[in-house]
Amino acid sequence: MQLNAKIPAGPLEDKWDQHRFDMKLVNPANKRKYTVLVVGSGLAGASAAASLAELGYNVKCFCFQDSPRRAHSIAAQGGINAAKNYQNDGDSVRRLFYDTIKGGDYRAREANVYRLAQVSVNIIDQCVAQGVPFAREYGGVMANRSFGGAQVSRTFYARGQTGQQLLLGAYSALERQIGLKKVAMYSRCEMLDIVLVDGKARGIITRDLINGKIERHAGDAVVLATGGYGNVFYLSTNAKGCNVTASYRAYKRGAAFANPCFTQIHPTCIPVAGDHQSKLTLMSESLRNDGRIWVPKKAGDTRAAKDIPESERDYYLERKYPSFGNLSPRDISSRAAKEVCDEGRGVGPGGLGVYLDFADSIKRLGKNMIAERYGNLFEMYERITGENPYEVPMRIYPAVHYTMGGLWVDYNLMSNIEGLHVLGEANFSDHGANRLGASALMQGLADGYFILPYTIGNYIAGAKLNPVTTDHPAFAETEREATNQINQLLQINGKRSVDDFHRELGKVMWDYCGMARNDAGLRTALERIPQIREEFWRDVRVPGSGTYFNQELEKAGRLADFLEFAELMCHDALMRTESCGGHFRTESQTEDGEAKRDDENFTFVAAWEYKGVGTKPTMHKEVLEFENVHLSTRSYK
Amino acid sequence: MKLKLHIWRQDNAKTAGKMVSYDANHVSPDMSFLEMLDVLNQELITKGDDPVAFDHDCREGICGACSMVINGIPHGPQRATTTCQLHMRSFKDGDEVYIEPWRAEPFPVIKDLAVDRAALDRIIAAGGFISVGTGAPPDGNAIPIAKEISDLAMDAAACIGCGACVAACPNGSAMLFTAAKVSHLNLLPQGEPEKDQRVINMVAQMDAEGFGNCTNYAECQAACPKEISIQFIAKMNRDLIRAKLREGNNAGSGKTGGA
Ligand SMILES: Cc1cc2nc3c(=O)[nH]c(=O)nc-3n(C[C@H](O)[C@H](O)[C@H](O)COP(=O)(O)OP(=O)(O)OC[C@H]3O[C@@H](n4cnc5c(N)ncnc54)[C@H](O)[C@@H]3O)c2cc1C
Ligand code: SF4
Ligand code: FES
Repeated sequence: MQLNAKIPAGPLEDKWDQHRFDMKLVNPANKRKYTVLVVGSGLAGASAAASLAELGYNVKCFCFQDSPRRAHSIAAQGGINAAKNYQNDGDSVRRLFYDTIKGGDYRAREANVYRLAQVSVNIIDQCVAQGVPFAREYGGVMANRSFGGAQVSRTFYARGQTGQQLLLGAYSALERQIGLKKVAMYSRCEMLDIVLVDGKARGIITRDLINGKIERHAGDAVVLATGGYGNVFYLSTNAKGCNVTASYRAYKRGAAFANPCFTQIHPTCIPVAGDHQSKLTLMSESLRNDGRIWVPKKAGDTRAAKDIPESERDYYLERKYPSFGNLSPRDISSRAAKEVCDEGRGVGPGGLGVYLDFADSIKRLGKNMIAERYGNLFEMYERITGENPYEVPMRIYPAVHYTMGGLWVDYNLMSNIEGLHVLGEANFSDHGANRLGASALMQGLADGYFILPYTIGNYIAGAKLNPVTTDHPAFAETEREATNQINQLLQINGKRSVDDFHRELGKVMWDYCGMARNDAGLRTALERIPQIREEFWRDVRVPGSGTYFNQELEKAGRLADFLEFAELMCHDALMRTESCGGHFRTESQTEDGEAKRDDENFTFVAAWEYKGVGTKPTMHKEVLEFENVHLSTRSYK
Repeated sequence: MKLKLHIWRQDNAKTAGKMVSYDANHVSPDMSFLEMLDVLNQELITKGDDPVAFDHDCREGICGACSMVINGIPHGPQRATTTCQLHMRSFKDGDEVYIEPWRAEPFPVIKDLAVDRAALDRIIAAGGFISVGTGAPPDGNAIPIAKEISDLAMDAAACIGCGACVAACPNGSAMLFTAAKVSHLNLLPQGEPEKDQRVINMVAQMDAEGFGNCTNYAECQAACPKEISIQFIAKMNRDLIRAKLREGNNAGSGKTGGA
């Protein structure tokens, strides 16, 4: 396997400019002769599909929801970063670049991250032009707030619904192209596999979720913008449908999967309430701007929060990380919460929670101001827990939230399979081992609006693309494999439901490949996962048939891929004996329990090559070169 | 607690459906409504029965996928709450709960509680956008927008496209949904140039999809999980009248297109 990151030469600041000039262009009159298949309609997919159609390409776009507007991006609450420096507080492209590289614990590519910071400013302008109602100050200019891991105010937001508003912006651009018949939209349509012809990505196989029809789509390039794989843990903040199928199928066809073990655990989620729990709900990190996190000093203290006097509370983030305090990055805040709960100081049922307390802010700013800032989040919390956070502190606990790993891509966002481009959370590119808050929305839109539309043209103009139709034998073969898997799932007719298996897998992953990992645990997981998988294929019950709207069948197909993918994550976590960002190996910590990186041995991207189900994949290294930042120990003290 | 559930079962748009009763015997008040149905489905699957199909995804009240009429009310009894955010503490032991899909001509049933709402997307495709391509638009702060205007636009933009307003309306009207999008964009200076065409085209599409007329029942507002106000319908009607007038004038003077 050849991995060439294709990072342009020259100074960091000029790389993207120079590259844009060097890239080949497709003649405007020819663009309509090319078809691009965009799988995914989240921020990354919708922005890409709309922009490509505007340029004149023929676009087909796919999503499994009933409408592109419902992609998981819709759920993002907190905000989107951009180096606008509207607040005049010392922000700049370079600072956003630096914060992102540092926040990612020096496991991301400099050139990609710098470009991301550069285009961040265009994103805001683009979204405003589309009518995204960002929060405004009384003077009419946009408001900003600060987010974890940054000391400047560069986060733009639309109440607590930033993802929704940004996605509606991209969706409206997409719908406009659909109306103009330049994009053919396939909703409730799931990609099952990717089709390669002469080593190039030339098509996909899909299933119409309403009538079960398996269909073939041919194109000149394939774009995967299919989101992250946090649901491998069963419980996560991701929407229920989020899955790894598209990425994993591409991996099985030869695309390298990079840093699969890099998972982000978000510190502020509503704790689990019982066995029926089907997903976890995030409370936006922005709450940490005004909420103070604490637990009782004494283990086993069961008094109500209001009965615990100040002197017996431990504001542990403020104590341990005085300069960032409650705004310390996510990985650090999450581990700190786990630590205090492991010490028996957790609050709420089961002791798996810490307080996020607004009492001081309400006193200082007034209830109205707090309601203005977080009203809808407070309501959501009350609906779920039955408790009123204006009166009692919220209870929060970390939960799986985002996956930094993903398909390996070069500077052009193309995987090692020619023609296969990967955007948004589905790729591995910009966040290293930990993503800063408000940076995923930025990356998804950067990829879709401002990077892919250029780089895909370069690919198409340079590649020798023979005409390929769905009659090509590769389509028949791939379709046959997809159909076989469906039939197999339907025939098992065992005793256990898909969810039952998924919960079991999720628990293994959370216990052994979650917030803290170690050699013995990961080896246990690597033993357990194949056993669960074997049992799944022997004893799962998928009711009904494949010819109608069968949600159990959809879930079964997704779980089948998670059951293989989970092993890949554990291999990666086992290999990386250092701690970095969201990946915490208990063997690699400092005396006071902070993550200890091993730059000498691990300053690389681990890109894995598929070798067969149950066989250990082969690792390829992309060594990371840092020419512009100095690798320092991340300190938020 | 124990509940008696009566759930609409229907194989697809072409077959007739019927209510079927189920016992839910292990309901915890901390469960969400959908989790209660998950538990029922697990039982059905284990028994070899067909689980109940329903749309859902985010389970956080924002994607707009979930869509059930619960005891006659779209999204159930709790104000400003989607089905997925409704929790079982809103019910009590022994309650009978009737669960049905959105019912409206333009929303054919796909299976059980899942319906096809693509008509709403088509209304957006007809004009629910600002025609600006990806490129180099002016600086985001170049046009200051008064906070009240921006906030009001945001109030309208909060619509999650769930369709509860349609399900609640005795006429099956999609006015609240359409008005929310028209108002969001027409309120903002960026939306100004296409204001007239937008409202004309979106309303025309809404009619073409077979949604009913608005006769001011205001049931939509009461059912809306995002509390979208019917004032936006009044605003849309004003925009429409003005647009039609201007269209008439323009036609008279030989001009075409929007302002
Ligand atoms: C609760 C929550 C809050 C968040 N808040 C923030 C925030 O405040 N700021 C921030 O920057 N980030 C935030 N994030 C992260 C951010 O929302 C996501 O990383 C980002 O939206 C991902 O966008 P995407 O376009 O890559 O993928 P998604 O939005 O997940 O879209 C994936 C698309 O792919 C489609 N798809 C997937 N598989 C298939 C298949 N097999 N066939 C067909 N279609 C398929 C889906 O239908 C969907 O359209 C948050 C995440 C969560 C969970
Ligand atoms: S207006 Fe309200 S009820 Fe109607 S689609 Fe929008 S959010 Fe749903
Ligand atoms: S499932 Fe998303 S709003 Fe209910």
